Amino acid sequence: MQELIKVDNLTCRHAGVEVLSGITFSVERGEYLGIVGPNGSGKSTLVRALLGLMPISQGFINILGESSESFTKWNQLGYLPQNMGHMNPSFPATVAEIVQMGLLAGKRLPRRISRDDHREVLEMLELLGIGHLHNRLIGELSGGQQQRVMLARALVNKPELLIMDEPTAALDPEIRERFYEMISQMNKTSGTTVLLVTHDSGTIGKYAYRMLYLDKKALFWGTFEEFCKSPEMTAFFGEHSQHLICHRH
Amino acid sequence: MIEMFSYGFIQRALLAGILIGVLCAVLGVFLVLRRLSLIGDGLAHTTFGAVALALFAGLQGAAMLLVSLPAMLLVSIGILKLASKARLGGDAAIGIVSSVGISLGVMLAVVGKGYGVDLFSYLFGSILAISSAELVIAAALFIIVMALLWFYYNELVALTFNEEIASVSGIKVGFLNNLLAALTALTVVLAMKLVGIMLISALLILPASAALQVARGFRMTVILAVLFSIFSVVGGIVISFMLNLPSGATIILLAFTVFSLSFLLRRIRALSHRY
Repeated sequence: MQELIKVDNLTCRHAGVEVLSGITFSVERGEYLGIVGPNGSGKSTLVRALLGLMPISQGFINILGESSESFTKWNQLGYLPQNMGHMNPSFPATVAEIVQMGLLAGKRLPRRISRDDHREVLEMLELLGIGHLHNRLIGELSGGQQQRVMLARALVNKPELLIMDEPTAALDPEIRERFYEMISQMNKTSGTTVLLVTHDSGTIGKYAYRMLYLDKKALFWGTFEEFCKSPEMTAFFGEHSQHLICHRH
Repeated sequence: MIEMFSYGFIQRALLAGILIGVLCAVLGVFLVLRRLSLIGDGLAHTTFGAVALALFAGLQGAAMLLVSLPAMLLVSIGILKLASKARLGGDAAIGIVSSVGISLGVMLAVVGKGYGVDLFSYLFGSILAISSAELVIAAALFIIVMALLWFYYNELVALTFNEEIASVSGIKVGFLNNLLAALTALTVVLAMKLVGIMLISALLILPASAALQVARGFRMTVILAVLFSIFSVVGGIVISFMLNLPSGATIILLAFTVFSLSFLLRRIRALSHRY
């Protein structure tokens, strides 16, 4: 299997403080990797380092065959960030205009949108069940609908790799469940490699093949079954907490 | 009334006003949505210093742009650098640079006695006094700024929506931020003749804000902002000429009227949806 992401001995510092230390893991093509850990464990920092938005202090990241610091294959990468709830509610773009932005990575300047592109946008919206919303303003939609629009934006370029950072933080449990079902289906049918960051271990256990448990360092990297049977994790969490995580899904 | 359009100075004023109004409207949409409206205000205040410097160097009319244009380009980049390198917010950086600009202007006005009246005309605008040379420069800069805005339009929309997402789409965020600041600086230098240093930011903010009240879609917002701006500029120049009022202030008050009507329309629309 080809490795789409390879992280080796990654260390990141912020204002002189080490926020990630000696992280090593890899993600294979077609895999669904979950990165989990408590608040402040460095999950979002890791995502930012992967995307080249945060400088690396030590180690290296290879993503889609390129170093993260000189990455150019943006058209093969879809990104769904957290905090879309903080989006400017009066931003005047329609749903179609927002999703079109996902196509810019694959274009040369002046990055014009063609009629074929517009058709692709509408097809993606239909696929995610929100085709009827294409002319609505993004600020008029519910949180769940907005997140689907952002997912459509991340997927419209048909990326090889989808990176999601707490994508359902603002959604209610029922919509969250449907969202993860949809991602899982996409991973299985189109082979899109998925990297999901969440603080919810139960979600990881249900959908991801492997998980990376992070708390400034990589405390565990393996399958969910291995996590549940790991004596090190039992010692770390305590038997009761580990049982709760492993049997919640 | 028709007769007024046969005067050369009115024709020049209307043409220059439309060119500057269009630039302010398009840039204004990006600046308002990025919460950078005050960069126009800060740059305008700094222009006061640049104009004083040009007058101090003995330059008049179109020749003043030789000093004020490069000076303002440097200032616009300086504001962004100060905000990032000195760990300041954009508002603090704008505040520092604009107050230095005004102080420099006041200092030069006192030291170089005798051009206080000229400086005053730049504070409140004098579009009816625009010369043919200034109109040609305005047209040339209009073409440059609009060409760059056209070329980077989709990137600027993405940047305005979310900087992080734009960056992950391979868009050079730092370059675009510098470009937006530089284009704003060029526009501010042109607009000081139209509405004056004190009112430039209103021309950047009001048409864009009015369009945001009623438009559906980003492209529609830009188009409406342009139409509102042209209406305010042309209407303002005509009214000010007919009633012998200051043109800059008339343009801005008309733009505010358009904004108020747009706001009202939005409220009525919202209420009609509710009931």
